Amino acid sequence: MLHIFCPHCAEYREEEEFHSKGQAHLARPLDPEACSDAEWGEYLYFRKNPRGIHHELWIHAAGCRKFFNMTRDTVTYEIKETYKIGEKPSVTAQS
Amino acid sequence: MSEVINHNGKIVADQRPADDIAGQSPLHHADLNSLASQGPQTGGVTIQERPLQGLLNLRCNKADKKQVTAVKKLLGVALPCDPLSSASNDDSVIRWLSPDEWLVSVDGAKAFELEAAFQANMPGHYSLVNVSGGYTILEISGDHAVDVIKKSAPIDVHQSSFPNDKVVSTVFAKSGAIIRRIAEDHFELIIRRSFADYLWIWLQDASREYGLVVKR
Amino acid sequence: MSQDNRLKSGGRIDRSKPLYFVFNNVSYTGYQGDTLASALLANGVDIVGRSFKYSRPRGIVTAGSDEPNAVIQLGSSEATQTPNVRATQQELFEGLVASSTNGWPNVNVDAMGLVGKIGGKMMPPGFYYKTFMFPQSLWETYETFIRKAAGLGRSSYENDVDTYDKINQFCDVLVVGAGPAGLAAALTAARGGARVIIADEQSEFGGSLLDSKQIIDGKPAAEWVSEVVSELATFADVLLLPRSTVNGYHDQNFLTIHQRCTNHFGDQAPANQVRERMHRVRAKRVILATGAQERPLVFGNNDLPGCMTSTAISTYINRYGVAPGKNLVVMTTNDYGYQAAIDWHDAGREVSAVVDTRANVQGRCVDEMQARGIRIISGSAITEVHGSKRVKAVTIAPINADGSAVAGPAAKWKVDTVASSGGWSPAVHLSCHTGSRPVWKEDIIGFVPGPTVQEQLTAGGINGCYETGAVLKQGIDAGLTALQELGLNEVTVAVPSAEDLSRTPAMPLFLVPHKKPTSRAPKQFVDYQNDVTAAGIELSCREGFQSIEHVKRYTALGFGTDQGKLGNINGMAIAANFQNKTIPETGTTVFRPNYTPITFGAIAGRDVGSLFDPKRYTAMQPWHIAHGAKFEDVGQWKRPWYFPKAGESMHDALNRECKATRESVGILDASTLGKIDIQGKDAREFLGRVYTNAWAKLAVGKCRYGLMCGEDGMVFDDGVTSCLAENHFLMTTTTGGAARVLEWLEIYHQTEWPELEVYFTSVTDHWSTMTISGPNSRALLAELTDCDLSNDSFGFMDWKAATVAGVPARIFRISFTGELSYEINVQANYGLHVWEQLFAKGEKYNLTPYGTETMHILRAEKGFIIVGQDTDGSIHPHDLGMSWAVADNKPFSYIGKRGMAREDCVRPDRKQLVGLKTTDPLVVIPEGSQGVFDPNTPIPMPMVGHVTSSYWSENLGHSIAMAFVKGGLSKMGEKVYYPQADGTVIEAEICSPVFLDPKGDRQNV
Ligand SMILES: [Zn+2]
Repeated sequence: MLHIFCPHCAEYREEEEFHSKGQAHLARPLDPEACSDAEWGEYLYFRKNPRGIHHELWIHAAGCRKFFNMTRDTVTYEIKETYKIGEKPSVTAQS
Repeated sequence: MSEVINHNGKIVADQRPADDIAGQSPLHHADLNSLASQGPQTGGVTIQERPLQGLLNLRCNKADKKQVTAVKKLLGVALPCDPLSSASNDDSVIRWLSPDEWLVSVDGAKAFELEAAFQANMPGHYSLVNVSGGYTILEISGDHAVDVIKKSAPIDVHQSSFPNDKVVSTVFAKSGAIIRRIAEDHFELIIRRSFADYLWIWLQDASREYGLVVKR
Repeated sequence: MSQDNRLKSGGRIDRSKPLYFVFNNVSYTGYQGDTLASALLANGVDIVGRSFKYSRPRGIVTAGSDEPNAVIQLGSSEATQTPNVRATQQELFEGLVASSTNGWPNVNVDAMGLVGKIGGKMMPPGFYYKTFMFPQSLWETYETFIRKAAGLGRSSYENDVDTYDKINQFCDVLVVGAGPAGLAAALTAARGGARVIIADEQSEFGGSLLDSKQIIDGKPAAEWVSEVVSELATFADVLLLPRSTVNGYHDQNFLTIHQRCTNHFGDQAPANQVRERMHRVRAKRVILATGAQERPLVFGNNDLPGCMTSTAISTYINRYGVAPGKNLVVMTTNDYGYQAAIDWHDAGREVSAVVDTRANVQGRCVDEMQARGIRIISGSAITEVHGSKRVKAVTIAPINADGSAVAGPAAKWKVDTVASSGGWSPAVHLSCHTGSRPVWKEDIIGFVPGPTVQEQLTAGGINGCYETGAVLKQGIDAGLTALQELGLNEVTVAVPSAEDLSRTPAMPLFLVPHKKPTSRAPKQFVDYQNDVTAAGIELSCREGFQSIEHVKRYTALGFGTDQGKLGNINGMAIAANFQNKTIPETGTTVFRPNYTPITFGAIAGRDVGSLFDPKRYTAMQPWHIAHGAKFEDVGQWKRPWYFPKAGESMHDALNRECKATRESVGILDASTLGKIDIQGKDAREFLGRVYTNAWAKLAVGKCRYGLMCGEDGMVFDDGVTSCLAENHFLMTTTTGGAARVLEWLEIYHQTEWPELEVYFTSVTDHWSTMTISGPNSRALLAELTDCDLSNDSFGFMDWKAATVAGVPARIFRISFTGELSYEINVQANYGLHVWEQLFAKGEKYNLTPYGTETMHILRAEKGFIIVGQDTDGSIHPHDLGMSWAVADNKPFSYIGKRGMAREDCVRPDRKQLVGLKTTDPLVVIPEGSQGVFDPNTPIPMPMVGHVTSSYWSENLGHSIAMAFVKGGLSKMGEKVYYPQADGTVIEAEICSPVFLDPKGDRQNV
């Protein structure tokens, strides 16, 4: 049971209010027609599965219904930060 | 023919019939009035339905000064822009639901009037949707009201983190609710119509150890 | 039977309140304040069960949650049966009925021993491992055997009569354990203004202090405890939870506490009260003050009843006024073990000797023994115990300095009780639950909590700190640290004075040597519950298992319901010694939630019976019930399935409903369809991006059907969207897809296209929707509205605002049956009124209510798909023959367009949706049947697609079906075959799925 800070509600809430939507920062190609099948397949299906720092998209489903991003350690389950859509993570695997 | 106003590419309509047709709240079948008169009169938890209120879902931009000014004029209350806050006057309560979403409650008979007023006066990109039929309002109070909320929702209801007038949308049992604290031992729950029967059974069950009083 | 072992005075029991209870069909008396275990010991009950593998008699070993043997079945009636209850934790109540779970046929009769001995041979170490290598079919045989022998208890065959509860808690500081450390920590935190929860598994707070004769701040320890508890109770923000086991420590300081609220009152909770409550706690800081558990030593026949841990002896004497024997010998590796001898002697019973494994014993414990005239036999050990159902004698022999071998001649002593102390094991379990590995500390010969990412503090025994004064100080310090870290009030708390005794170092001894090698010595038990012996562990090491995790799995060490609380460290040490390694080198085991077994009731809480899952109802539900509807689950919705009349079969009812609708008028409650209000100047653009077809030119007052696809091009929802005004739309979705579609719209709006000015609002519950369908629907509706319903002014796929039965409504002229249809939407508070008014006027049109099944048949006659039935996530619009609903010339590359263009999606031999007409018109192909082109090819035949929808059509007089067929759209008129499980083959012809009125004349009238 994670304890998640919703950046929109500006407080911690229990995990059962949220849904994880998978890897964050997947931008839809601006011109899908220009993508090869391989490129489109990459966008559709290929996802990171890192051990350690990972960026995920979540929705505060039972709360404000807003999406946001989370930086999470997949080993310790520590949530390093949550940040709004359009913002950049301040914690990355490199940092 | 019901009144429909089409303005700025959107419509609003009076959705209520003449007064001779009685509306039925989502808990109509539970006959709470009979329970109120025939059931226990004392207990640790009191539940009262506020049926058939006018509920309007407002979406707009809190950074748009013109909109914020217009809302204040229309409702007589400033738009509560802080997360999880609410504002109210004698006629209405506005609850923050998300950074661009609020739930306004007014007397059921006043909903259309307000919708029409927004239609005429609210500038910019917004939406105001009548959702009165989709919910009902329950008030839960008493010495053990807090305990029933704690059994039902994964939120901290301690006064220090849930002061009066705070609003949260959250999980409630296996459904959801919009919870507002009215006073220390007095909460408002706004629940969806289709889940109302389930939640009413839940509330009776969760209140049983404290004694449940139904008030009309 | 009288309470022979009950002391005349002392203990925290109330001798004026006798309680009668039954154990294994024998009646006994105990006192208020007893546990079942203390009452059994008071009555001289030695045997409480038989062992799992060898069927050896077993007695009570401990006085707490670490008890491996006295695991009993509780319950005086079928409905109140509770398995897996530790007698050492179960408080006695009047009329308690309990029985052994692992005695068959009877714990006192050795008849089972024969079976057990066979079982023993059949189950050498590695039994589990080897058994799992057998074929599946054999495992079932073994499972039955193991369950019977293992005595896992049983659940009730009847419904539990009690209510169980869950509650969410939030606090600044959760203190786990209310011994000296926990109480000191909680008091400090409370005084600093923290919101505190303190939980302890015992019925009273105080922990070890309840068993102790120590003086704290100049008063008896128990008095200090009661003062602290009284002060804690004065704080509004302090929650005291006795009888509450903190069973799980989960991520980010989320802990579950299992509170036994009324289990001590009786079999059943008092009226309206809750039996057990699960507290789900989110704590800013957790202070683990869980103390330590005493390790028994491992020696020959150490499982005989009468062998106990030394602290258990002290607890039974001091807390319960029970001395469970006449003549005690103590074996210890440390100074703490002496306390049992002191307490036993002071209770007026005989202590034969204290056998100290250390060669040199000095200091206070020597003085205490001398003062009482108790002999100390140093440098020696009890190598073996004798007796059949109870200890009768022990063999004592000198051992060498490192405890690896017997070093001299043995002597036999007559005693009936053996207390052993191998030192303390800190109770690190909770700290390990979140993945933290415990760390071995040589100086205390035990594991302490390792590094953790949790906001966790520890105090007292869990740190290997055992002196009361130091423990109290650690508790206060932990409280102060929590206050400081949380930015709460600073307080000064004086450390209570308590005598800290100087101790001589303990000896690291686990397995007591025997003159014979371990493999030949009498059984030396490590894990009582799973009958794991020292010889078994050594055998597993010899067979090549080195890591303790492997040894565990091979021997089942620690796999019992006690999770090896007593035996794990001994087992690790034995494995390490045998391999000439250190304990850390063989690895540490991982403890997982739950700390002690938990009832299913507490896990389920209130989510049982009618509250198991929400049932969602429409406003017309009372009418449906009153008119005999049979219901179908659609997600959480209860939807009318069909409305049988008296004596009608389902088939009859469906035929009647279908015919009535096509011939006159039927009505469907369609309120469950998802409905989304969409507003904004970019609403139209947004629709164009999420639907596959065009929306740019949809005029105000018009409705349009649309398919929604994923980025992969596969259909995931469909519905009709209506243009209410230029920038205002109402979208409908499938019943099951409502929430998913709204989230789909939001995710694209919030993450991809925030620049589009559009808002989405769910209005599913706000509108009641009723569909009247059939040639007389216009006439019926005309009776209730002034709206001009003529085809010229209100055509197919138009919508209008109008008043129906006095209620403002939106009427949509759309059709899912192919008939003239009107979908009437009114605010749900008036839904039932309008529905009833339609029936009031509907009699002369034979207005017939129909449910989801008739809806399915009627739409299938028209070839309309149902997403989720005729699609499965691998189907794109062209596969459905719905290319007409795809507009590839839209400027924006709508969701699904690129996906549909992938190489695999444009193959001509994809499975495509077609209609089927069976050669025998009376045969209805079972849904899910797989088709083949040639039924005579050998098995496995190449399968070409399955039947998705299949019905009897009363209107057409023949069966109809929809199916996927490879390349089916270009195979019209060809045959396809459906072999059935019974060997028959159903032949069908591929046709258009539109079986009725292909031109749409009926809906356009
Ligand atoms: Zn939120």
